Amino acid sequence: MWRDHLTEIIIFTLLFLLVSGMGFVAARWRAPKDINHLDEWGLGGRSFGGWITWFLVGGDLYTAYTFVAVPALLFGAGAAGFFAVPYTIIIYPLVFLVLVRLWSVSHRHGFVTPADFVRKRFDSPTLALIIAITGIVATMPYIALQLVGIEAVLKTMGVSGESAIARHLPIIIAFAILAAYTYQSGLRAPALIAFVKDSLIYVVILVAIVYLPYKLGGWGSIFDAADAKFDASPSPNDGITLNANNQLQYITLALGSALALFLYPHSLTGVLASRSRDVIKRNMSALPAYSLLLGLIALLGYAAIAAGVTPLPGATEGTVDNNTVVPLLFEQQFPSWFAGIAFAAIGIGALVPAAIMSIAAANLFTRNIYKEYLRKDATAAQEANVSKITSLVVKIGAVACIVFLDPQFSIDLQLIGGVIILQTLPAVALGLYTRWFHRGALVAGWVAGMGLGMWMLYQIPNPATKRAHFGGSAFPLEKLGFDGSTKTIYVGLVAVAVNLLVAAIVTLILRAAKVAEGVDGTTQDDYFADEGDPRLVPDPRESTEGESAEGEAAGESVEPAPKV
Amino acid sequence: MSESETPAAPAGEVVSRARAKDHSPWNWLLFLPIVVPLITPLFNADSPRLFGFPVFYWLQLAFILLGVGTTTVVYQMTKKRG
Repeated sequence: MWRDHLTEIIIFTLLFLLVSGMGFVAARWRAPKDINHLDEWGLGGRSFGGWITWFLVGGDLYTAYTFVAVPALLFGAGAAGFFAVPYTIIIYPLVFLVLVRLWSVSHRHGFVTPADFVRKRFDSPTLALIIAITGIVATMPYIALQLVGIEAVLKTMGVSGESAIARHLPIIIAFAILAAYTYQSGLRAPALIAFVKDSLIYVVILVAIVYLPYKLGGWGSIFDAADAKFDASPSPNDGITLNANNQLQYITLALGSALALFLYPHSLTGVLASRSRDVIKRNMSALPAYSLLLGLIALLGYAAIAAGVTPLPGATEGTVDNNTVVPLLFEQQFPSWFAGIAFAAIGIGALVPAAIMSIAAANLFTRNIYKEYLRKDATAAQEANVSKITSLVVKIGAVACIVFLDPQFSIDLQLIGGVIILQTLPAVALGLYTRWFHRGALVAGWVAGMGLGMWMLYQIPNPATKRAHFGGSAFPLEKLGFDGSTKTIYVGLVAVAVNLLVAAIVTLILRAAKVAEGVDGTTQDDYFADEGDPRLVPDPRESTEGESAEGEAAGESVEPAPKV
Repeated sequence: MSESETPAAPAGEVVSRARAKDHSPWNWLLFLPIVVPLITPLFNADSPRLFGFPVFYWLQLAFILLGVGTTTVVYQMTKKRG
């Protein structure tokens, strides 16, 4: 019953209201001359410095779902769930090498989305449309999953009702508030809220990793308890270390997830919102602090084993919801006021990425569908307006997913999301280095990669949840023709390899057939442009007067600003 | 890297110098934190334990320092000097 959790609910609500207020005030924070410009609303004026970028990107990549689901994985399967740590180590050098180029070319050309870049680079609105739709489809279930994170907390606090609507009412209210301040403040809202969210998470986790071992007899005995549990379980693939079967899966999943994460539109939004190449590069040395945090949070899954936590029942009869183990652990081991803070940290943790993701999806729709196909002469103010409205639609869609569909459906879609977003790798990430691929071949590779990825995911059963299809992302090598092999591999990486192969072969064919390749709208130098270098699109901070002032502002912006 | 930068330098010159730095050999160092965390035989064991953590966990957490160290070194060695 919720009455037993009154303290927790009060603290949760107070902190939630605090950040909601901040979300609305954010519109005036680092006030733009005109928020009705997509660069302002959707990218915070492309002006964020080191600290803001650190909180924003950290709050963006490490979502509430991550904080709930990764420990749940360790709780359920052991070492295999720890892939989140190598995955979030690998991502930063990749960003350092690759995404700074995207930042530069976007700075020069005023790109807001990865599809903007692809359109200019490969001179192909069709390819850009495919990239945009892939991004939107991959992002939507990710937003819905943030709700799963909040729900795990609400469930633990006993906030639940009989009917579907009553049970989801708190989430609907939370998302309505989130939608309202995102609409008003754009990217500034999650950037400001991220300060509170991350501070709460850091405090909660630092306390937890000192206090829990003290109560549970030290880390040594926590690991021993986990070891004993996995030894006793009938499943061959769990344990506190990997076995011969799942090492390949571990490696490919870590690498594939890192490649997918930096292709997700919301990560790119965080990167493009920063002020300069320097800000990004310096952040790549500072962001791993979050990886340490994630690693420690992951180990709370073992602490839950040692503390004897039993997860709450799942949505369907006879299943358990492992996502509740971390909230339950806090509830059982800590005084209720501290549990309330922890729950608020997870709850608010869901709002920051949900806001950024909806902004990223909205920008994709506006730039690559609305402006490209529906209204070619849209002004900057119209673009911003369409994006604002789309961000509302995206959030309503995410809530509807959770209220009307089985949450498992969102989890499945998220799993698919990682595989499909990887299929944009040849066009977006390799496109930053080379224009060797033919635009038609990139489309063909995308089709092949998507098809194969979907087929492989469909083939994977999950014995734990008794599902025949979409049961996970570990594909048995045996089905690929390696007879007798018991090893598994991450679907996404296989699919993107096939994608690349097809793209390469078709490129050779199309080139031999002399099919038109279009004109590359970027130059070599664009990939190294930095803060203060001339832009081809005027800076909205200098020109906010609309079309009439554009010529004048363009003249101004050619002058290189003094460097620090 | 020995060239000094003046704010008045023409845009083209600034850009070409930026390119030279972008292609610095220091960047190769970044492959270390991309590859090492993926070599599971390095760390897939229980002992030796450190503060109760099996090597599988403490060594992977230590790789975070490898990531921080290499990105910091590469940033410092390739950044523009004002």
